[in-house]
Amino acid sequence: MSAVPADSARAQQEERENFLVFSKGFLSWALTLDHKRIGLMYLIGVMSAFFLAGILALLIRLELMTPTNTYMNNQTYNQIFTLHGAIMVFLFIIPSVPAALGNFLVPIMLGAKDVAFPRLNLCSFYLWVSGAIFFLAAMFYTGLDTGWTFYTPYSTTTQGPVVAATLGVFILGFSSIFTGLNFIVTINTMRPPGMSWFKMPLFLWATYATSIIQVLATPVLGITVLLLAAERLMHIGIFDPEYNGDPVTYQHFFWFYSHPAVYIMILPGMGIISELMSVHSHKSIFGYRFIAYSSIAIALFGFLVWGHHMFTSGMADVTTIIFSALTFTVSIPSAIKVFNWLATMYKGTVQLNTPMLYALSFIFLFTIGGLTGLWLGALSTDRVLHDTYFVVAHFHYVMVGGTLVGFLGGVFHWWPKMTGKMFSELWGKVSCALVFIGFNLTFLPQFVLGSRGMPRRYAQYVPEFQELHVISSIGAFILGIGLFVALGVVIHSLMRGRKAPPNPWGGATLEWQCSSPPPYYNFATPPRVNDPYDYTPLEYRDAERGWEYVHPPTTDTPATEPEPART
Amino acid sequence: MADHAVSSHSSHSEGEHHGFAHPMPVWQLLAVFFALIVLTILTVYQATFDLGNMELVLSLFIATIKASLVVLFFMHMLYDKPLNAIIFLSSFIFVALFIGFTLMDAHAYQDSVELKQVDSPRSEVVMPGE
Amino acid sequence: MSAEAAIHGEAHGHDDGHGHSPFLAHHFDDAEQQYDSGKLGMWLFLVTEVLFFSGMFCAYALYRSLHPEVWTFASQFLNETLGAFNTGVLLFSSLTMAWGVRCAQLRQHKGLVICLAMTLGCAAIFLGVKAIEYTHKWDLGLLPAGSYESQYLPGMHHSGPSSWLYVLSAIPALCVVGFGIWYGLSLAKGDKQKSEVAGPLLVTALCYFVGVGIGLAFESAEAGEHGDVAHAVAHTDGEHTVDGHAGDAHAAAAGGDEHATEEHGEEHVEEPVADVAASPAFQSEELNKLLASPGETTMVASAAEEAAQVAKPGEATEAEVDQRGGAGLFFSIYYCMTGVHAIHILGGMIVLTWLLVRATKNHFNEEYFGPVDYVGLYWHIVDLIWIYLFPLLYLIK
Repeated sequence: MSAVPADSARAQQEERENFLVFSKGFLSWALTLDHKRIGLMYLIGVMSAFFLAGILALLIRLELMTPTNTYMNNQTYNQIFTLHGAIMVFLFIIPSVPAALGNFLVPIMLGAKDVAFPRLNLCSFYLWVSGAIFFLAAMFYTGLDTGWTFYTPYSTTTQGPVVAATLGVFILGFSSIFTGLNFIVTINTMRPPGMSWFKMPLFLWATYATSIIQVLATPVLGITVLLLAAERLMHIGIFDPEYNGDPVTYQHFFWFYSHPAVYIMILPGMGIISELMSVHSHKSIFGYRFIAYSSIAIALFGFLVWGHHMFTSGMADVTTIIFSALTFTVSIPSAIKVFNWLATMYKGTVQLNTPMLYALSFIFLFTIGGLTGLWLGALSTDRVLHDTYFVVAHFHYVMVGGTLVGFLGGVFHWWPKMTGKMFSELWGKVSCALVFIGFNLTFLPQFVLGSRGMPRRYAQYVPEFQELHVISSIGAFILGIGLFVALGVVIHSLMRGRKAPPNPWGGATLEWQCSSPPPYYNFATPPRVNDPYDYTPLEYRDAERGWEYVHPPTTDTPATEPEPART
Repeated sequence: MADHAVSSHSSHSEGEHHGFAHPMPVWQLLAVFFALIVLTILTVYQATFDLGNMELVLSLFIATIKASLVVLFFMHMLYDKPLNAIIFLSSFIFVALFIGFTLMDAHAYQDSVELKQVDSPRSEVVMPGE
Repeated sequence: MSAEAAIHGEAHGHDDGHGHSPFLAHHFDDAEQQYDSGKLGMWLFLVTEVLFFSGMFCAYALYRSLHPEVWTFASQFLNETLGAFNTGVLLFSSLTMAWGVRCAQLRQHKGLVICLAMTLGCAAIFLGVKAIEYTHKWDLGLLPAGSYESQYLPGMHHSGPSSWLYVLSAIPALCVVGFGIWYGLSLAKGDKQKSEVAGPLLVTALCYFVGVGIGLAFESAEAGEHGDVAHAVAHTDGEHTVDGHAGDAHAAAAGGDEHATEEHGEEHVEEPVADVAASPAFQSEELNKLLASPGETTMVASAAEEAAQVAKPGEATEAEVDQRGGAGLFFSIYYCMTGVHAIHILGGMIVLTWLLVRATKNHFNEEYFGPVDYVGLYWHIVDLIWIYLFPLLYLIK
C-alpha cells in the first residue's frame, strides 16, 4: 500500500474517514463502539484523574515542608493522602495503560476491526466513569481517612464514607474485569491469519498477562469490599474482632487482589517498554520468548506473594517465611526483562527521541524500584523498614518511575498514531529531563528518610528530617513542572503539530501500517502480518519524514498457518 | 413435567448437520438430571449419620460429583474446546491458593488470638494479633 | 480498493453457503468466530464468578475450621428440607435451561420458550422458598453478627407468616398485577409475540407465591403443631429430642418429599437448646477452651443456668456459642453466601427474561444460539454454587 498516483484523493479520503472526524457530535463519541474512541476517552479520563491526584500530591509535599502542621491539620492530612493514593491507584494507574493505550492498540496490533465485545467495552468505560464519580463524590463529601487499603478495624469504625467509597471501588473493579476479559478474548480469537502466539507484539503479551490478573484477582477485591460494606451496614463481623472476626483475614483478602494488582499496574508498562526499546533502537527485540514468558510468569508469581504486605500485621511466623521466600522469585522474570531490554539496545541504532528517553528513564527507575523491593521482601529488614518512607519511595519508584514514565513514553510513542500530529521533540525531551530529575529528587531522599526511621502517613515529624523533606518537596514541584510541560507538548501538538506520517518511528507492528490517525475501520485490506520486530524492509523517507516498506515483506505466513489460531 | 419438547425433535438424529452447534441428546440431559436428584437424596441421607470428620469429606465428595455432572454435560464442557475447560478449571487452582494460604496463616496464629464473649453492644476490642 | 468497498465487502463478502444471521457483528469473520469469542468470554466471566464466591467460601472455611461447634449449633436453625427442596428446584431449572439450549440449536422455538419459562418459574419458586427461610429467621432473631439475638431469650418464637414476608412479596405481587394486565391486554389485542412474553412472566411471578406457599407449608405448619410443646419437651428431656431430631433428619432424607417432611417439620427451630446441648460434639476441646471466658450479660448467664438444670454436662457451652461472635458469625456468612447467590438468581432472571423476549421473536437458530448458551452457562454456575452451599450450610452435624 505504498503511495499510489491518486495521492491527494487518498489523502482526502483518509482525512474524511479517520476515526476522529468520521462522525461528529457529542453522541457519536458518547455512544461510540469504536475501540479507538473509547481508548481516547479513557485517556482523557485517566489523565484528569491523574491531574487531580497529582495536585493532591503537591499539597502533601507542601505540607511536609515544615515539621509541624503547616496549613492542614492531621485529619485533613489523612484525608488528602488517602484521596491521593486511592485516586492514583484505582482511577489512574490500574486503567492507565490497559484501558487507555490498550484499548487503542490491542485491536490495531492484531489487525482486527475492534475488540471482541465492543458494547462491553463501552459499558466498561461507563462503569469506570460512574465508579469514579461515586468514589470522588464520597471522598470529597466528607473525606475518607482510611488510606487506600481500607484496613479493618479502622475502616469499620471511622466516620468516613467507607461504604460509598467501597461501592465505587466495586464498580471500578468490574470495569477493570470487563476490560481484561475483552482483551483475553480478543487476543485469543481475533488474531489474524499468520499471527501465531509468538508473532504477537510483546505489548500484546503484556496486555494478555495483565488481563489474566484482572480477571482472576479483581473479583476477590469485589467480594472483599462488598463484605466490608456489609460489615459497616450490618456488622457481619467477619473482619471485626468485636464479633470474633479476624482483621488479618481482611488483609489477606485485600492483598490477594492488591498484590497482583501491582502487576496490573506495571506489566503493561513493561509491554510498552518492550516496544519502545526495539523500535527506537531499530533492532529486533532481544530474547522475544523470554520477555513473553516472563510476562506470564510475573502474572502467575504475582499470586503467590501477597503476604509480604503483611509481615508486621500479625501473620504467623511460618507464613511470613514462606511469603518472603516466594517474593524473591518475582525478581527473576523482572530481571529477565531488564536484561533483555539492555541487550536489545546493544549494537542497535538507538535514536534518543522523546519516547526512547522515557523508556530509558523507565529502565533506570524501575530497576531502582525493583531492587529496593528486595529489602522489603526480606523479613528482617522489613521489620525495620515497614511503614516508613522507604516503602513510600520503593513503590513510587515502581508505580511512578515505572508505570507513569512508561505510560508517558507510550503516549508520546503512539501520540502521532492516535491524533495524527507530531509533537515538539525538543520540548518533549525537556519534559522527560524535568520528570527524571524531579522524580529522583523527590524520592531518593525518601529512601534515606525511611531508613532513618521516618514513618509514613504523618503530617508532623521531628525537625532533623526537615532538610530531606524540603529536598523531596522541591523535587516534587520540579516533577510537577515536568508533567505540565509534557501536557503542554501534547496540547500544543494538537493545535500546531505537523501532520504525522503513518510510520514516524519505523515500527514494524501492524498499527504502523494504517494511516495516522487510523480510519474508523482500521484497515481497508487485511494488513500484512510479518515479524513485529523485523526492521530490515523499512526505510526512512525524507519527504514524508516517516518510514515505509521498501520491500514488502514476503507474505509467507498465511501459507504456513492458514487459519487464525482460535484456541 | 418436561415432556413438552420431546415430540417435535424426535426426528433429529445426532449425526445430523447443525453447523458448529452440538445439541445434547435428550436422554443425556434427563439421565444427568436424575443422577443429580439421586445424589441429592444420597447426600441428605448420609447427613443423617454421624460420621464425624468424614461427613464433610463425603458431602463435599458428593457435591463435587454433582458439580462435575453439571459442568461436563449441562455446561457442555465435555464437548467444548479444551481451552475453555483449562481456563475454568485453572480458576480453582487460584481459589485453592487463596483459601489455602489464608487458612494456613489463620490457623498458625490462632494461639495468639483471644476470643471474645460478645453479647453486649460493642465495647473494647480484643485481638492482639501480634 | 476503497475503504467503503472494503467495509461492504466485509458485510457481504463471504458466501460460504450459510445464510447471514442479522446478528453477526461486523468485526467477526463468521458466526462460529463470534460464537467462540462469546463462549470464551463467558467462561472467563464464570472464572470471575468462582473467584468472587471464593472470598465467602474462604470466610466459611476459616470460621468453620476454627469454631466447628458454632457451626454445629447454628446449622440446626436451617431447614434442610427446604434446602433440599430448593436444590431439586434449581437442578430442574438447570435441566430446562440445558434443554433450552438444545431447542435453540434445533430451531424449536416453541420448545425454547417453554424451557425458558420453566427455568424462570423454577427461579421464582426458589426465591419464594428463600423468602420464607429468611423471614422466619428474621423473626427468630437469627441475624448477622451485629444484630444476632441469642436463642435462649424467651418470647422470640412465633409461627405463621412474618410481617417481613409481606414486604418481600410486595414486588412479586406488583409483578403479578403488572404482567397479568399486560398479558390480558396482549391477548385482547391478539398480539401473539407479546402474549408469549407476558404469559410466562405472569406464571413466573405466580411461581414466587407457589414457592412461598411450599415454604410456608414446610416451615411453619409443623411449627404450629408442635409449637411450644416441643419447646417444653426440649427443656425437660434431652434424650427425647435427640431422637426426635434424628427422626426428623430421616424424614428430610426423603429428599424434598413433601409428605414425609410434613409429619416432622421444624422441631429444630424450636428446640435447639437441649438438642445441641445433649449432642456429644459439644463437649469438644474447643468448647472447653471457650468455657474459660465467662458470659457477659446476665440474661445469657441466667439462660445458661436454666439450661444447665435440665441438660447434661457441657450445656453451658450453649451460651458461648449462642452469641454474636458465635452463631452470629455463622449467620453473617449464611446471609452473605445465600444472599449473594440469590442476587445472582435475580440477575439470571433478568437475562432469562431478555432471552425470552428474543426467543419469542425467533432470533435463535443453529448458527446463532450463543446468547442462550451463555446465559445457560451462567445459570448452571449459579446452580453449581448452590450444589456446594446446600451441604456446607444445611447438612452439617
